[in-house]
Amino acid sequence: MPLPLSGVKTSEEQAEAKRLEREQKLKLYQAATQTVFQKRQAGELDESVLELTSQILGANPDFATLWNCRREVLQQLEMALALAELGFLESCLRVNPKSYGTWHHRCWLLSRLPEPNWARELELCARFLEVDERNFHCWDYRRFVAAQAAVPPAEELAFTDSLITRNFSNYSSWHYRSCLLPQLHPQPDSGPQGRLPEDVLLKELELVQNAFFTDPNDQSAWFYHRWLLGRADPQDALRCLHVSRDEACLTVSFSRPLLVGSGMETLLLMVDESPLAVEWRTPEGRNRPSHIWLCDLPATSLNDQLPQHTFRVIWTAGDAQKECVLLKGRQEGWCRDSATDEQLFRCELSVEKSTVLQSELESCKELQELEPENKWCLLTIILLMRALDPLQYEKETLQYFQTLKAVDPMRAAYLDDLRSKFLLENSVLKMEYAEVRVLHLGHKDLTVLCHLEQLLLVTHLDLSHNRLRALPPALAALRCLEVLQANDNAIESLDGVTNLPRLQELILCNNRLQQPAVLQPLTSCPRLTLLNLQGNPLCQAEGSSEHLAELLPSVSSILT
Amino acid sequence: MLHRNLEYQVHGSRRSYYGGNWASFSFSGLLSWLKEHQENSDIVNECPAWQEKIHENEEAIALSRTDKTIQHVEVFCYACQDLHEDVEEAGALQKNHASVTSVNCTEAADSACLPVEDESLRTTSCEIPAEQTPSSDPERALEVNDVQVTGEKENCCDDNTCVPSTAEKETSENVPVAEDTAEQPKKNRITYSQIIKEGRRFNIDLVSKLLYSRGLLIDLLIKSNVSRYAEFKNITRILAFREGRVKQVPCSRADVFNSKQLTMVEKRMLMKFLTFCMEYEEHPDEYKAYEEITFSEYLKTQKLTPNLQYFVLHSMAMTSETGSSTIDGLKATKNFLHSLGRYGNTPFLFPLYGQGELPQCFCRMCAVFGGIYCLRHSVQCLVVDKESGKCKAIIDQYGQRIISKHFLVEDSYLSENTCAHVQYRQISRAILITDRSVLKTDSDQQISILTVPAEEPGTFAVRVIELCSSTMTCMKGSYLVHLTCTSSKTAREDLEPVVQKLFTPYTETEIENEEIEKPRLLWGLYFNMRDSSDVNRNTYNDLPSNVYVCSGPDCALGNDNAVKQAEALFQQICPNEDFCPPPPNPEDIILDGDSLQPEASESSALPEASSETPKESSNLRNPEEPSK
Repeated sequence: MPLPLSGVKTSEEQAEAKRLEREQKLKLYQAATQTVFQKRQAGELDESVLELTSQILGANPDFATLWNCRREVLQQLEMALALAELGFLESCLRVNPKSYGTWHHRCWLLSRLPEPNWARELELCARFLEVDERNFHCWDYRRFVAAQAAVPPAEELAFTDSLITRNFSNYSSWHYRSCLLPQLHPQPDSGPQGRLPEDVLLKELELVQNAFFTDPNDQSAWFYHRWLLGRADPQDALRCLHVSRDEACLTVSFSRPLLVGSGMETLLLMVDESPLAVEWRTPEGRNRPSHIWLCDLPATSLNDQLPQHTFRVIWTAGDAQKECVLLKGRQEGWCRDSATDEQLFRCELSVEKSTVLQSELESCKELQELEPENKWCLLTIILLMRALDPLQYEKETLQYFQTLKAVDPMRAAYLDDLRSKFLLENSVLKMEYAEVRVLHLGHKDLTVLCHLEQLLLVTHLDLSHNRLRALPPALAALRCLEVLQANDNAIESLDGVTNLPRLQELILCNNRLQQPAVLQPLTSCPRLTLLNLQGNPLCQAEGSSEHLAELLPSVSSILT
Repeated sequence: MLHRNLEYQVHGSRRSYYGGNWASFSFSGLLSWLKEHQENSDIVNECPAWQEKIHENEEAIALSRTDKTIQHVEVFCYACQDLHEDVEEAGALQKNHASVTSVNCTEAADSACLPVEDESLRTTSCEIPAEQTPSSDPERALEVNDVQVTGEKENCCDDNTCVPSTAEKETSENVPVAEDTAEQPKKNRITYSQIIKEGRRFNIDLVSKLLYSRGLLIDLLIKSNVSRYAEFKNITRILAFREGRVKQVPCSRADVFNSKQLTMVEKRMLMKFLTFCMEYEEHPDEYKAYEEITFSEYLKTQKLTPNLQYFVLHSMAMTSETGSSTIDGLKATKNFLHSLGRYGNTPFLFPLYGQGELPQCFCRMCAVFGGIYCLRHSVQCLVVDKESGKCKAIIDQYGQRIISKHFLVEDSYLSENTCAHVQYRQISRAILITDRSVLKTDSDQQISILTVPAEEPGTFAVRVIELCSSTMTCMKGSYLVHLTCTSSKTAREDLEPVVQKLFTPYTETEIENEEIEKPRLLWGLYFNMRDSSDVNRNTYNDLPSNVYVCSGPDCALGNDNAVKQAEALFQQICPNEDFCPPPPNPEDIILDGDSLQPEASESSALPEASSETPKESSNLRNPEEPSK
């Protein structure tokens, strides 16, 4: 039947009708909001508040205060209306499926219901994720529901399967897998946590390879890939213990930064098997988490009466300890792990079997041939090579860094720093094999200094011809350092050259030191006798030598 | 396609159904259509002498008496014809469908076979109020319903006022809905009588087309709001026939990710090439050097394995080794990819109850705003004013004159005289009912498109579209398969080789090894359909300038040609009007008489095609851009 129509409103009429309607709506909205606030203030938490808030929240579910109001009312009414509330929440979610307030309210409600219908909640999540599989609010809620309902991890894993099948660009789904898989395949107590059995690992690797071969620019898969090949944090350990008779000082290096002090970690020091109360501090004197902690020793602990003194540090929380011996007539004594590379540096990637890493490396190289400019692929190749054998692959790694910098210039600085970090690690590894205390890090294009805590015993350090802009505070960890060369860098600050008890020579030619004031930290190095500042801007200033002599009276030779 | 949302029009048709060769039929409807075309008898023109009605200052252009667009009709039935002669279609009733409730009733068919002709349209110069309303919601969402619809289709012909509505209601209530599921025979044994019996539960199209998700027709359906009258399903898979086997073609990102048949490297190669195709225009240096060669040669120069080249060439670009140049191939591939992901993992949609629904949807919108339809009103001739040389009226079989300014005629209505110089191409078609899918998977509700390349020069690739029962085009447990190609010989000669490759005739003897068995044919039909799509209007003899000709269906997969034609014709008739404008919002309509509530009349006049409950249909506004 045709419409008996005689006309249609003009656009002006329509616009006017809309305007009036909106005006009316605004009035109602404001009035309702006001009433709710008044009632809340007056403590009238009754059903009328529920009614009013539902009108407002139904249109705008992101009004957090009103959700609070509702919770107060519901508590008052002892949840009698909870079932109706569920339906109301669903209508709000339809208005905005990503409303923090609504999802939170649902969590609150469900955890208070006497007999929550979890199956229905899972179904609700499935529905919302069908509409938008990347709604992380809903993922959060799903994890809450799955935990409350004790859904077997295998079922949830199958659910992530189905969503990844539909669209693998889904951080939430991959992330959920990384939570579920360790639950499904728990490691025996002794083994490292968070690792997967090889057959499971290989299956996951295949899945994720499918993703990055299909779309190598999708980050979510690469991040999951890194998680798969990564490993748990290394065990807490004391890396190095050093005692110096001269400085009457004991220095400890830890596997991770920690904060020692009251209410924090406790360290016990046993000298010759009896406890000694000491004050722990960081080398740079700041009370921050640090790899290195040191303490002053009383003269009695260092006297030459006995043939030797033993020092034992116990890290109670880390369940680790280390002991070193200071022999009679020796200036210093130390004990250092001849640690393998795997323990020394926490690689991004590492799995039990290098065959897995090797085959991952091969497929990434295959992908790289097809996608020579894919940054994720290049970075993964670098990480895999490091995990496999950092020294053997050093040359290749550096070439990949060059390519990577060219294709991803936006992250050039990050990549330079990462490369510096890897080079330093390699140098430390080489040093480890050679047991030397002289370290050459010249001509390496370093932009940043990492892992300085590993260099506790180094006496001679050469940093010349790099791109360093500062000698960072962490340098203060080099307690044994006697000679430091850092020519031809771009150094502007010397914050790290502080409290170095044995530093005698500091060579800083051709850097960017502007003001004599930047040399202030050097005043805390008691044995500094030679300072070479040639080729720095500050030498140009008139009267600079006088100024410096005044600042550093104990330095016998200052070259400008 | 031409029934458009034009106010105050009169649509006449010699047929008893809408849409000409675009129509779809129930099974019995198809059988009577068949009978009509198989007999091919020139039925004597029994019309009153319309010549007498022509005045002195007028001339008549006679229209064709019979539909000559369908030829070489051949039917085969392999299903067990358990000799119950009196099998009747459940819920059938003798009504608008040209004939017959039973296959054997030839008399009925004859009597219903109305002799003559025409479809025309009359427009008045009235102001069309609908044009003035701007759309407040330009990006209207299409309903894509992936829920299996099990109920009877309601009021399949409710536009037609000659059907007594009470009878319609009664019969549909009498259909024992539950019965068929309970009696599901094991091992898919479907008999002919079952097909007849279930015949009214599904619709079979004469043409086989799909909607590109970003094609012109989808845009038009959304823009005009005609989409509210139809429901769609996504085509679920793209298939290829290679090395004697049917394989699934991974075309979307998700397909490539999930594919088990591609190697990792192939996945990358394919994705890389497809990504390039999406924006090939921006990288001319990548293909400029290959412009002179065919697309298939070009593909060989790209980093693609033969497997992938085949997929791209035949299943995505849907062309052949020699069929298109590099540019055309890239364009076709881009077109395919462009439609991908809007409503799902393939680029295509299919309307529930078949393509034949769409002309009806446009008709319905038109009817709501006052269009008038006269089915079985055969127009005998066009009346031309001698002085002006313009057509001024038509005369129907009752001798009645209908005056109009514009006349729109489908090519098939024009007489042999008018079309003496016209060269037509032909389309070869086959419609099959089979017992299982050409590629079995976990789900039996798959909608697939498969391109089988031509084997010898001079022949054409065959397009195979396999529809499952949830598209409402076949009975449960069976599949409806359409084969289409440009004709080089008769439909059977063109298509039978492909049918033999993919299917095997139904036999009573059970072959136990089901795994390697091909789907079995229960019933099959071949026919050739005239393709009048690219006839130049100037090749028709002596047509007055206010008579416009539209073509029948073309051979292409999409509907762009028909939409373009409709719009072009519309612009000729109404030069300054908006084509298929969105209807006004119900609240903006001012109705005759104050007592009438707009909402009420709207809901009674426009039954929503979409289901009411939100959980059953997903309203996909921007499915390709899930935001975080």
